[in-house]
Amino acid sequence: MERVLTRNIADDPIPINLATYEANEGYEGLKKALTDLSPEDCESIVKDSKLRGRGGAGFPTGMKWSFVPKGDACTPGHKYLVCNADEMEPGTFKDRLLMEFDPHQLIEGMILSAYTLGADIAYIFIRGEYVVSIERLREAIAECYEKNYLGKNILGSEFSLEMYVHPSAGRYICGEETALINALEGKRANPRAKPPFPQVSGLWGRPTIVNNVETLCNIPHIIHRGADWFRTLGRGEDSGTKLFGVSGKVKNPGCWELPMGTPVREIIEDCAGGMLPGLKLKGFLPGGGSTDFLTSDHLDLAMDYNVIGAAGSRMGTGTMIILDDQTCPVGMVLNLIRFFAQESCGFCTPCRDGLPWTRQVLEDIYNGRGRKEDLETLAYQVKYIGGIGNTHCALAPGAMEPLQSALKYFYSDFEKLIERNSGQQQNVARGQ
Amino acid sequence: MPKVLVDGQPIEVNEGENLLEACLNAGLDLPYFCWHPAMGSVGSCRQCAVVQYQSDEDTNGRIVMGCMTEVKEGARFSLETENAVQFREAIIESLMLNHPHDCPVCSEGGECHLQDMTVMVGHRDRRYTGKKNTHRNQYLGPLINHEMNRCITCYRCERFYKDYAGGKDFGAQASRDRVFFGRQTDGVLESEFSGNLVEVCPTGVFTDKPFLAHYSRKWDLQSAPSICTGCGVGCNTAPGERYGRLKRIHNRYNYDINGYFICDRGRFGAGYVNNKERIDYAGLREVDGSYSAIRHENALATAGQWLNDKRVVGIGSPRASLESNFLLKHWLGPANFSSGLSDAEGPGMKQLIKVLSTTKANVPSVRQMQSADAILILGEDVANTAPRISLALRQAVRNKSFSMAEEAGIPEWQDAAVRNLGQDELSPLIIVTSSESRLDNIASHIYSLSPDAIADFGFSLAARLDGSDIEDEMVCGVADILSQASRPLVVSGIGSFSPDILSSAAKVADSLSNLNKKAMLSLCVSESNSMGVAMLSDEHTLSLASVMEQLDDIDTLVILENDLSRRLDRSALQKLSESKVNIIALDVIENSTLNRASMVLPAASFAESEGSLVNFEGRAQRYFPVFEPARDRLPSWHWLIKLASLDNDNKLSALACFDDVVSLLADSDKKWEEIVKVAPGQTFRDRGQKIPRQTHRYSGRTAMNASVSVHEPPQPKDNETALAYSMEGLNRDQPSTLSPYVWSPGWNSNHSVQKFQSKVDGQHKNQTPGIILISSNQNGFGESVSYERTGALEANNWTLIPIACIHGSEELSSYTKEIAELSGNAFIAISEDAANALGVLDGDGLQVIGGSAEISLEVRVVDRMAEGCVGYSVGYEETLSLAPGQTVRLAKDASWIRSKPHLIATDGASEASLGESLYV
Amino acid sequence: MMEALIQTDLASVLTNEETAAIDAELEHVPYKSGAAIDALKIVQSKRGWISDECLTAISKHLEMSVDELEGIATFYNLIYRKPVGEKVILFCDSVSCWICGCEDAKEKVSKVLNIGYGETTADNKYTLLPVPCLGACDRAPVMMVGDELITNLDDAKIEATFSQSLLSEDY
Ligand SMILES: Cc1cc2nc3c(=O)[nH]c(=O)nc-3n(C[C@H](O)[C@H](O)[C@H](O)COP(=O)(O)O)c2cc1C
Ligand code: SF4
Ligand code: FES
Repeated sequence: MERVLTRNIADDPIPINLATYEANEGYEGLKKALTDLSPEDCESIVKDSKLRGRGGAGFPTGMKWSFVPKGDACTPGHKYLVCNADEMEPGTFKDRLLMEFDPHQLIEGMILSAYTLGADIAYIFIRGEYVVSIERLREAIAECYEKNYLGKNILGSEFSLEMYVHPSAGRYICGEETALINALEGKRANPRAKPPFPQVSGLWGRPTIVNNVETLCNIPHIIHRGADWFRTLGRGEDSGTKLFGVSGKVKNPGCWELPMGTPVREIIEDCAGGMLPGLKLKGFLPGGGSTDFLTSDHLDLAMDYNVIGAAGSRMGTGTMIILDDQTCPVGMVLNLIRFFAQESCGFCTPCRDGLPWTRQVLEDIYNGRGRKEDLETLAYQVKYIGGIGNTHCALAPGAMEPLQSALKYFYSDFEKLIERNSGQQQNVARGQ
Repeated sequence: MPKVLVDGQPIEVNEGENLLEACLNAGLDLPYFCWHPAMGSVGSCRQCAVVQYQSDEDTNGRIVMGCMTEVKEGARFSLETENAVQFREAIIESLMLNHPHDCPVCSEGGECHLQDMTVMVGHRDRRYTGKKNTHRNQYLGPLINHEMNRCITCYRCERFYKDYAGGKDFGAQASRDRVFFGRQTDGVLESEFSGNLVEVCPTGVFTDKPFLAHYSRKWDLQSAPSICTGCGVGCNTAPGERYGRLKRIHNRYNYDINGYFICDRGRFGAGYVNNKERIDYAGLREVDGSYSAIRHENALATAGQWLNDKRVVGIGSPRASLESNFLLKHWLGPANFSSGLSDAEGPGMKQLIKVLSTTKANVPSVRQMQSADAILILGEDVANTAPRISLALRQAVRNKSFSMAEEAGIPEWQDAAVRNLGQDELSPLIIVTSSESRLDNIASHIYSLSPDAIADFGFSLAARLDGSDIEDEMVCGVADILSQASRPLVVSGIGSFSPDILSSAAKVADSLSNLNKKAMLSLCVSESNSMGVAMLSDEHTLSLASVMEQLDDIDTLVILENDLSRRLDRSALQKLSESKVNIIALDVIENSTLNRASMVLPAASFAESEGSLVNFEGRAQRYFPVFEPARDRLPSWHWLIKLASLDNDNKLSALACFDDVVSLLADSDKKWEEIVKVAPGQTFRDRGQKIPRQTHRYSGRTAMNASVSVHEPPQPKDNETALAYSMEGLNRDQPSTLSPYVWSPGWNSNHSVQKFQSKVDGQHKNQTPGIILISSNQNGFGESVSYERTGALEANNWTLIPIACIHGSEELSSYTKEIAELSGNAFIAISEDAANALGVLDGDGLQVIGGSAEISLEVRVVDRMAEGCVGYSVGYEETLSLAPGQTVRLAKDASWIRSKPHLIATDGASEASLGESLYV
Repeated sequence: MMEALIQTDLASVLTNEETAAIDAELEHVPYKSGAAIDALKIVQSKRGWISDECLTAISKHLEMSVDELEGIATFYNLIYRKPVGEKVILFCDSVSCWICGCEDAKEKVSKVLNIGYGETTADNKYTLLPVPCLGACDRAPVMMVGDELITNLDDAKIEATFSQSLLSEDY
């Protein structure tokens, strides 16, 4: 299989600099675009490529870009491109790889995207803990300024672009694109209501596109080699390749670039080497902590957005977390809910107060203080907190996905824990 | 009107509004927290959830927030479907997780929006068994109590304090379920609108601290519609009384003026009504100078001797009712009447009335000011002289972002979206004043000029707008901005005591009107009835100076609610004290004029009497007694009738009640004709009954006096107004002027106001918004009188600029303990350069020498001050001898002892410093 | 004068270097408060945490209220409003690390350093804080000690990491 995004990244990777990147067709896409392609051409290539966002929601990138007002439709002023490098979704570790080892690929992708969108300022919003990535990106950006890949009149064209790295001060919610924009504005990172979408009113009230690292890394290749080529990369209905990852108790946890549509089994068994000796696979979250559990029944599904969606989960970030048969699913869900309750921004009620309530019920069950009615309460909470639109942003519905699917697949594990509570404590707070 | 289907029923909606508003307009009870009619939607509480169906086939629908959903013709919603009902219940259940359930000891109880909404959704049993989060409370000053544990994190306090009122020292801290609303450290809230937190918070986090010290439940408060006497804006208030004590003041919705918000002076400044220094009985000065309380019959008998066949002169007051002032003038005759305005203010007010009667511009209500797309302030520190107007101006500058939003298709009520789009884009606000103001931080242009220069600037600006060739860069720049606006607003007022500034404002407004703009002109006045008393003045009216000159020819002075020490200079006061004239002084509280009087008559305060006040627009409004005046107190108008009836030449004998006074006033001059319509008279009945001041649930009437007697005394009869000291009657659809409080079944909090509005944030259903008594002939102000300018000042000669202070400058409110605490010291405000030149620092002392004054004042170094000018805090005891425009010399007072800062944090470090980072 | 004194003091709270770094950030934000987070990070980078004095000094420099800046500072978990040790240990307690035994590893760290979450060692070398997923789940359990990512934690690795402390402090 052809490696695209990781073509410069060896199994035992060393970070590459501008010279090495250029040596392997680096910045060819950019040169091509600036000489031969108009922004409209680039946009239609990206549209035709059927690239879908790799940040979790899988929204078609070309379509998202088309909402940005261009030309006369846009009031005068800046337009922004923001790379979402916040990567805090539990179990996700793909963007780190791309930034640490091939920073120029991301930068080229961003320059091309900015060119397409007419953006003149670009930010890389990166989580503060990624100190190595931050350093390498800054170095790479400096190299680009030197070679006039960035700055005024890039490579002699009309197009100019400034690029900044903005290390985050923390919090998972900063990965949500509108919260991210607030964080970039130096504010508290509460998400914004949509509409208006950032494409129309984003950073400083100006048109803004937020894309994931991996999404943007695809752009140079798509521009350079064309939409048709990109579509053929996928094994199923989705186009391109994708970084898939596996963590948990498998023999060989890691991250690999594979064609879209690669079956789950291949990823877990071939790449990750299957379960550690003595363990069996009980379930897995296909794409990070906010996706629904799937089970061994789903091993032959292709990792395509719609296929995984039809099975009741989400492709998410494509980095799987494996639940083995020796690990308590209730404990795992509790860990996740604790994370989400902790990371709630505190803006809307179901998330801010509902998640701690869910956490409390799960803690009771996990610690042997569960009651029968707790299962009803959990189901109630899933419905109340989990509905899209029930909350102000997608954090809380995401938080409910592992819980709702755990209740579906591992109900008996919950029951067993509750049965262990011989005392059957009474609900002391009732009626207060 | 578009229609939407709600649970199968078509309801009519207004274009562009959101579904929550539409439901409330249709009389449907949809619960909410974070939405506020004046502040719009942000969608944080998720309480207003409904189910929306995408199509006729869609039977499941999905949950949307009513407040975030724009109504579209034909859309289908359900409030009652199981899913929506259960969701709203779950929201309350979640909000209750950390709520302490301390309703019995919470001062919000009984008017708590959270209680109302909880009952509305029907939630009862809590399933949560974990620990509740707790917070540390902060000391926020003498006005506001903080009980953070009751917080339901609706973000309204922050949105009001920061976004709406422009406060900086308050906000949300931390995150997730640890969000905390407060200051960085303990300390006094700086915003002059902090008191609105009490009403904006849907639960008991922010409560009225002085009220808390003498607490009663809302349903146990006796209320009457009232008008704030704190300044000349005329905000509508609802004071509450129990046990003969004025307990608290709440905002009373008035579409045109205050809407939902009043300033802290208005809310907290009336505590003087309960002051020990109030006068209870008539008093007569003994030979030795001391006073003795006497029966009022005896007082009147003595007064008779001072009145009959004597020359009696009456001095009115800008803080007494129109009726009392009128009676004084009518009784003693125009030639024996002084308005009581100071000699600095009198001519200014005359000019102001002339401007209002001739201006080509519109004189806007406060609400209308909010529509301005460019604002010019000439010489008025609006934030201190007319605080509620400054709050409106803060909204007006957002019009730029509203028009940007409109272009982008974002409805105005999408509060966060509009702010994100608009960022710091504000409509132009040009401030031309002598010194810094709290509106400076939203101004596009700020100029510091002396009062004379402000007037000059105004005249040149008008000339430039008229097309004159003027080169001055500042004039041209401002002219360009104003001529690009379509609804420019000029704000000025009496604050600088400069008639010239008023004339120049008039000229600018006229010139703008000539340019076919919907120009507006708004002029601030200083006291609650400055306008009324100025309108009563005519060519015969005596100035205070001429009264003092004629003292030897006067036998008796009747002083109506006026502390002359605030308006006369020292020598005049000295003369008054030494003269043989008999002084009969009526007032509510002891002051230095009463101490000079021969006889004192106890006047009822605004809370114990009825009367009309004329606000800055010329709008007359009526206030009503909240409770019966105690002891021998009487409304001044009543005393005046009694005094007049002692007079042989009695013009007032036919007056039997307050309504008679009003009729007499109406007949006295064409300009007062309409005054009878300001509010319904005593004979008004609602479905056969008077309007009850007490709530349906008013409790313990017998128990209230049980310590004295277990016999319930008869309720006082109110023969003067249409209100009754009773709980019998309806409080439903009466005229807004007679609405003592708002309450509606299921809506115990002030949010019930929507049940009284024609639509959300609209007019009161039965609106009687007062009567505008000044109409302009629209001929324009005409030529301005030529005036003389003082030449350049010599070295160390400074022109005094009056600086009004929200707390401290107004007379009666300074008798309120909490306001006095906030007033701080009297000060002299100087620029940093002046401070350097004089060798002083902030907090040092400066001797102020000039005229009859030689005093030392605390130095306050201000951000800006016109060259050659220094400011002084008006209305403070120490500065009463200073006059606006006076030239003084300054010298460092070496013996000055710096005062310790008062009102600092009292209880330790703030919650905030725990930070989010050390979460475990 | 009090005010004046405080002002001069505050100006000297920030070093020239810090002020210059903040000013550089100011160049690409439309208004000063836009650089609030950058400023907090700049000041924290040398001092380890944000004291009240620093908070006030930064807010003055950015022409915003200290209350507003506090609201921002307390929102983010990598801004510390309490003193921390020379190095902060960010210990991942999220799902993959949990599955791979981070609870035991955390116990081990706590035991070796004798601190729990939110605490600082007696020698002021380390402060232990939990952190959401560090994005190195394939090498779980992981933690960051200062800027260094330490992966595949086990007892030996933890002991080795902190051996310096152990030696010098005579545990
Ligand atoms: C709570 C939350 C956290 C998120 N975190 C990230 C993140 O760390 N990285 C990311 O790329 N997208 C994240 N997203 C998704 C973004 O909001 C956004 O959809 C994405 O950056 C769009 O990029 P794409 O179109 O290239 O996928 C998050 C979303 C939510 C609701
Ligand atoms: S769902 Fe959670 S994270 Fe999202 S806005 Fe609501 S409180 Fe904030
Ligand atoms: S009132 Fe609609 S979400 Fe709060």
